[in-house]
Amino acid sequence: MAQDTTRTRPPVTDWTTDWDHLDPQWRDNPFPIWDELRGKCPIAHTQRYLGAYLPTTYAAVKAISYDTTNFSSRRVVVREVRPEPPMPSPPISSDPPHHKPAKQLLLPPFTPDEMKKLEPRARAICNELIDKFIADGRCDAAQMYTRHIPVRVIAHMLDVPESDGDQFIQWIHEILELGITDDDILMKAVHEMSMYFAGYVEARTKKPGDDLISRIIMARQDGKPLPPQEVLGMIRLLLIAGIDTTWSAIGSSLWHLAKVPSDRKRLIAEPQLMPTAIEELLRAYAPVTMAREVVQDTIVEGCPIKKGNMVLLSFPAANRDPAMFPDADKVILDRQENRHSAFGLGIHRCVGSNLARLEMTVAIEEWLKRIPEFRLDPAIPVTWSEGTVRGPRQLPFIFS
Amino acid sequence: MAGGKVVRVRVDPEKCQGHNRCKALAPALFELDEYGNSKEIGDGIVPEGQLEAAYLARANCPEMAVEIIEE
Ligand code: HEM
Ligand code: SF4
Repeated sequence: MAQDTTRTRPPVTDWTTDWDHLDPQWRDNPFPIWDELRGKCPIAHTQRYLGAYLPTTYAAVKAISYDTTNFSSRRVVVREVRPEPPMPSPPISSDPPHHKPAKQLLLPPFTPDEMKKLEPRARAICNELIDKFIADGRCDAAQMYTRHIPVRVIAHMLDVPESDGDQFIQWIHEILELGITDDDILMKAVHEMSMYFAGYVEARTKKPGDDLISRIIMARQDGKPLPPQEVLGMIRLLLIAGIDTTWSAIGSSLWHLAKVPSDRKRLIAEPQLMPTAIEELLRAYAPVTMAREVVQDTIVEGCPIKKGNMVLLSFPAANRDPAMFPDADKVILDRQENRHSAFGLGIHRCVGSNLARLEMTVAIEEWLKRIPEFRLDPAIPVTWSEGTVRGPRQLPFIFS
Repeated sequence: MAGGKVVRVRVDPEKCQGHNRCKALAPALFELDEYGNSKEIGDGIVPEGQLEAAYLARANCPEMAVEIIEE
């Protein structure tokens, strides 16, 4: 998968003038690249991708996130191509004033109180998965564990078969990874997803339940229901935004705990650290990098920014800025001050942040309860996804 | 009311984006509306035992929306 796009790419020789987030060096270990850039050129430019900027300081990422006048969300992925017009998927692709009404439709089903209701099912899902491989004494945790948790939980919320999860993951892979360079694959996946959900939307418009699809159908904007196309768009967005992201966050967290036994032992001995530990793992291994389109010339942190370029909005790089986070490169499970940007900053704050936190907490707690001792299998490499969402896609553990 | 001073928390509704960090760290001081946006409970006065929670909430709000006012 990842190899398809990298094979044809010229290697990067100077990150300050020619950066490329699909370069294998970035995919495998982006942290030194961001540290270098932060010191030399906090908003680097590249001619690749028809022109794009890369801010690596917290201050620059925050300023751009807040400036919805000069930086539009009409394109939120840095791609090889810029077909016109991009498919809108409110609220993630909306700017003010259209953003807020779209977002308010989605927020009520995702409050912390609503998420608590999902906790028993989420714990059961984790245990069902662990049951399947625990006797083997080893597993690829990315493929056998972390991959299945978010997709089953969201299927449960949408009240569609949890067993359709693999199909959802395939579509998302086509949209988020292959779609960066191939527009046909992207459009085909979007179409197939819409076809799949259209039947559910029709049935539940006639006979609504208390599932998430019905709640979106029943939601009212200025007293009116959403047209079916927009209902489908919101469901697609929730799947695209909610699955790879949380899969990656859980995977990176377990990867860290496998690599650093002292942190793993501490978390088992002091379970009350779980809330700060989750925030710290989100900070250190933030999986999501968004984008903006520059719609007017402007200046950010002293750097001139030209209209028509894209911006790769690296929340993960901002989270590693030592000016904002002392010992930014260290994972400190009880970090007291942590204004990390893993869920974004400003109006596009992640709708699913409470769900993601619940899934991460449950997935790590259940794993540690049943498999407290585990380590990376030195014989098999860890591999990482590339593009908008970064996380382990092969995560070989031994625990016998 | 630490050391005779009155300490209050306040959420700036213009800045709050509903990250819910304040509510998680100081559930006795903040309440959420149906969209998950936060507001201080009542007049926001921080009881003695809640001071640390109030400062933690401020230190973890990504939008810098939690204010602490010492009178
Ligand atoms: C650890 C897991 C997750 C991370 C790190 C994450 C990260 C993010 C980030 C950084 C944004 C901001 C986008 C921007 O500024 O353009 C965002 C937006 C969004 N996320 Fe998440 N997300 C996660 C899980 C989820 C889940 C589980 C859902 C829902 C099921 C979800 C739904 C959304 C939606 C709908 C938006 C758009 C919000 C808007 O534009 O106002 N995310 N997410
Ligand atoms: S932590 Fe900040 S942004 Fe989040 S709910 Fe509290 S006040 Fe609002």
